[in-house]
Amino acid sequence: MTALLVALGAAVGAPLRYVAGHLFDVRFPWGTVLVNVLGSFLLGLFTALGVNGDGTALLGVGFCGGFTTYSAFAVQSFDHGRRRGLANVMLTIPVALGACALGFALG
Amino acid sequence: MNRDGRRGLPPLDLVLLVALGGAVGAVVRWSLEEAFPLTSGSFPWTTFAVNVSGSLLLALIPASPWLRHHRLMPPLLGTGVLGGYTTLSTYSEETRSLLASGHVAVALAYLLGTLAACLVVVALADLLTTRDSRAEVEAEEGDL
Repeated sequence: MTALLVALGAAVGAPLRYVAGHLFDVRFPWGTVLVNVLGSFLLGLFTALGVNGDGTALLGVGFCGGFTTYSAFAVQSFDHGRRRGLANVMLTIPVALGACALGFALG
Repeated sequence: MNRDGRRGLPPLDLVLLVALGGAVGAVVRWSLEEAFPLTSGSFPWTTFAVNVSGSLLLALIPASPWLRHHRLMPPLLGTGVLGGYTTLSTYSEETRSLLASGHVAVALAYLLGTLAACLVVVALADLLTTRDSRAEVEAEEGDL
């Protein structure tokens, strides 16, 4: 049952990430930056709101986990070369962490 | 990556394949997190291992001619399965939680250690691929 909720959440989150990347990853991976920051914000928010059990499986592990990606972030950061790769890292990691803290504070 | 600035949505069959792959990847990640649960205040080894292994596998896709020439496999396996398997939201939340509970050194080691390890494995995988093979997978949107 829990596995099904995780699958369902990710079956929504992952294609949304794909569409965001398709639309906004033009020369710079803005779509991937966006999903990672937004997904981190939402997970901070859900955590603070006390979402647990089935809610965590569906929204946290499934949706937020499927929506965000570390693999694409790492590959894009490396393949874009030093300058843009570093920009990708700086626009993703500190901003996503800040967004997560903001979501937690608002929740 | 979409270098042509194409607007409009990706093909529906690929969107559905990414949904399927993402569901599979997320369930594998969840199974591992269940088998090796996080201990409060300690280094989140499970998510670390998930993100490093997923980054390595994504960077290896261009090394296989069969995979990279296939129309469906890069979006299914790269953007779908590995994108759903790895997570940046859990990484952010685990780091936030460690910082909030005063485990600053562990938080920083996790934050920077994951980044460093993922970049190292991607660099190693890139030794087995060429610029053209990586560009091909990128054009097929297998790395979103």
